[in-house]
Amino acid sequence: MVEITEGCVLSRLPASTRLILQGRQPALQAACGALGVETVPEMLCTAEGAGGHALRVGPFELALQPTGDGLAPLEAALASVPHSLVEVSNRNVSYTLQGWQAADILAALCPLDFSLAAFPVGMATRSILDKAGALIWRTADQTFHIEVWRSFAPYVEGQLHEVAKSISYNILTVQH
Amino acid sequence: MLLIECPYCGPRAEIEFSYGGEAHIDRPGPEVSEEEWASFLYLRENTKGVLAERWRHAHGCGRFFNALRDTRTDEFKAFYEMGEKRPDAEKKEGEGA
Repeated sequence: MVEITEGCVLSRLPASTRLILQGRQPALQAACGALGVETVPEMLCTAEGAGGHALRVGPFELALQPTGDGLAPLEAALASVPHSLVEVSNRNVSYTLQGWQAADILAALCPLDFSLAAFPVGMATRSILDKAGALIWRTADQTFHIEVWRSFAPYVEGQLHEVAKSISYNILTVQH
Repeated sequence: MLLIECPYCGPRAEIEFSYGGEAHIDRPGPEVSEEEWASFLYLRENTKGVLAERWRHAHGCGRFFNALRDTRTDEFKAFYEMGEKRPDAEKKEGEGA
């Protein structure tokens, strides 16, 4: 946990299970069921169930973050449906960026609009942070969950620090 | 920078996308002649005007889709999913283009 600028903390999260599911609606539905999520979230939306989180990052794709039992319930639920389930736990590194400057810092590295109206709490999408692909998920007004590929992590972390260093002099802020 | 509207994710910046060249080019079977194969590989319309082209939302949902873009002005006319007909197909035939 590092306070990268006044009012913004970047924390590298401990290892956790993450999966990418590709499939049509029945497969997405089955996986959501296994996580205790009733309906498949809409595009770029997320849902939380007793068994974890489901992030709809593509029309035929869910990023799954199961808690507890891990893979077994998912594999059982998906057994009879055509699908592709890939564990990417080791490929990704997760961070949370938290604080009132968090949206501004991300906006310096990413072309998305991070105002609450355009990027509400619960929205998740893939995009880019400077030159590296990243999954960005707003978990609270001032909190973002960020996932990047492991080999890009030092670069992205460095860029976040770099932006944070200079942002206190920047008069431009995201309008809420 | 172009603002490109992914049919699944909405309008996004051009740097999230990769370009896929001209759209609606059918890949012929292995039985075709060398000339036909070469034409499939290399010959393109090189349109001056509205071009149907493929884009992939590489840093996003990862899906391919098609777009109509005026190559003279870079103005996008339409965005549509893979497998759909070119939206201005009838008009184009009517013009005898």
